[in-house]
Amino acid sequence: MKQITILSGKGGTGKTTITATFVVLAKKAVVADCDVDAPDLHMLLHPEIIETKEFRGSKIAVINETKCVKCGVCREKCRFDAITQNFTVDPFSCEGCGVCTIVCPVNAVTLTERISGYAYISKIKYGFMAHALLNPGESNSGKLVTIVRQNAKLLAEKEKNNLIIIDGPPGIGCPVIASVTGVDAGLVVTEPTMSGIHDLERALRLLRHFNVRPFVCVNMYDVNEENTNKISRFCEENGVEVVGKIPFNPVVTEAMVNRKTVMEYSPKCDVAKEIEAIWNKLCTELSLR
Amino acid sequence: MIVSVASGKGGTGKTSLAVNLAISIENAQLLDCDVEEPNAHLLLNPKITCREPVYRLVPLVNEELCDYCGKCAAFCQYNAILTALGKILVFPELCHGCGGCSLICPKKAIGEGKNRIGVIKEGFTDDLRIVFGELEVGEPMAVPLIREVKKRLDKGRNVILDAPPGTSCPMIETVKGSDFCILVTEPTPFGLHDLKITVKVLEYMKIPHGVVVNRSGIGDKKVYEYCEEKGIPILLEIPYQRKIAELYSKGIPFSLKMPEWINKFQKLFEDVKELLGK
Repeated sequence: MKQITILSGKGGTGKTTITATFVVLAKKAVVADCDVDAPDLHMLLHPEIIETKEFRGSKIAVINETKCVKCGVCREKCRFDAITQNFTVDPFSCEGCGVCTIVCPVNAVTLTERISGYAYISKIKYGFMAHALLNPGESNSGKLVTIVRQNAKLLAEKEKNNLIIIDGPPGIGCPVIASVTGVDAGLVVTEPTMSGIHDLERALRLLRHFNVRPFVCVNMYDVNEENTNKISRFCEENGVEVVGKIPFNPVVTEAMVNRKTVMEYSPKCDVAKEIEAIWNKLCTELSLR
Repeated sequence: MIVSVASGKGGTGKTSLAVNLAISIENAQLLDCDVEEPNAHLLLNPKITCREPVYRLVPLVNEELCDYCGKCAAFCQYNAILTALGKILVFPELCHGCGGCSLICPKKAIGEGKNRIGVIKEGFTDDLRIVFGELEVGEPMAVPLIREVKKRLDKGRNVILDAPPGTSCPMIETVKGSDFCILVTEPTPFGLHDLKITVKVLEYMKIPHGVVVNRSGIGDKKVYEYCEEKGIPILLEIPYQRKIAELYSKGIPFSLKMPEWINKFQKLFEDVKELLGK
C-alpha cells in the first residue's frame, strides 16, 4: 500500500483543490482529510457518512466548589495558567494534565473526559473517505489525525485498495507531523510568493526530518514567474523534483462555488490538464500503475 | 488595545492584513504568533535587536533512583513515559511539560531537563515593534512558543496579533485575551465554511469580532449573507487585484505602494475602537 500526503506549510496554496482532483483521477482510492480543525475536502467530494465515532482526545479538570478551600496550591502548580482567580478552570488553557488533582490537599479536583470531536468514515463517488471534525477550540488535533489515518488504512485494506491520498493541514506542527509520518511521498504545494518560498523550505526540511520522499508543485506560478524560477532553482540545488506548475485561473474558484473538483467542472482547462500531468508523474515515480 | 487577526482557512490574507494595519497605525507592536510558518517579517524586513532560544521542560530520569514502579507512566495523560520490565522510556515529543511525573514519583527520581523548541526574535521597522517566533522543524508543539511570544506583549502599544490558521490550540492560545478579533476570509465556500467554525470559537470565548473580506469580487455572495444574518460587522473589503497579489508575492505590504489604503486601515482600526466603545 502506498500513501501520499499533500502539504504546504503556508495555508491557502491549493492543497485541497489538488487533492480532490487527484481523487477523481485515481478513480478508486481512499482519501483522508487530515485538516481536522478546518476541513474543506468534503465540500468537493460530498461524502455520505457511513460511520461516526466520538473522539475523546483530552480531559479537563473540574473543581468541586463545596470541597475547595481556595488554598491556591493548584494555581501555583499549574503550568498552563488554567486556574482562574475564582478557582474555576479556564477550558481554553487547561491541557488536562492532572497536576491539580495530585496537589490538591482536599481532593477537590478531578479530571473528566470531554468529547473533542468526531471521526467519520464515508463513501464517495470515487471510493472511500476518512475524515473528522475537531470541536471548535479543542486541542489534540494530532491525535485525531492519527485516528483518521488509521481509519483510512483499515478502509484501504478492507477494500483492497493500494493507495491512500492524504490532504494535510497547513503549518509544520503536531497535526502536520501526524499527517506525514510513515508516508511514501509528500507533495508540497507552494506559491511564488516570498511567504510561499519561506514556508516551502520549512516544509521540505520537515519531510527530510521524517525521511519522506519530497515532490514540489508551484500553484499560480504565473503570478510571479521570477519567484517561480527561484523555486525551481532552489529545488534543483536540493535534489527535489518540481513535478508541475499550475497557472492561475479563476476556474478554480468557480468550480469550488459549484462544489465540484476542477476535473469535473472543467476537464479541459489548463489547471485540470496540469494537475493530471502531475498525477501521472507521481504515479510513475511511485510505481502506482 | 489588543487586536488579533485570525481565520480558519489558511492563505486568506491574515498576515497581509496584520502587517498593513500595523504599519498604518501609530505606536503599534506586531506579534507574529504563527510560529510554524512566520511570514510577517518577510514583508517588514525588521532590524533584529534580540534573539532568544526557547526551551520546554521535559522529564529527566535518574535511573539509579528509579525502581520502575510505573506511577509516572500511569499519571501521564500524554503517554510520554512508559515503564515496563525494568525499563523506563521518555518520549519528549509527546510531553506537555506539566511536571506531574516529577511530583508523583515516590523516589524523587525524575527531574526536568530542557528541550529547545525554537527561537524568538524581536526587532523594529521604523517605529513599529515586531516580535516573532520560529518553531524548530520537527518540533510538534507550537503552543509553548506562542506563549513565550505573547509574554513580550507591550500593553502600552496598539498590539496586533497575527494568528496561525485553524481553530485548534495554537489559534486559541493566540487570540486568548485579545479585546477584538478580526477574521479575514475570502468569499468562497471554503472561506465561508472555515469562517463559521472560527466564529463559533470566538463566540464561545466571548471575544468581540468582525470580518474583513479579502479578494472580494471572486466567488459568491454567501459570506456577506452569513455576516448579515449573524450581525457580524464587515469592517473592510479588499478587492482581488493583480497588483495587490503581485506586491504580496514580492514581499511588499501593498499599502506602501498604494497609499490610499493607509487611510482605510486607519479607519478600520478606529472602527474597531468604536465597536468596543474605546
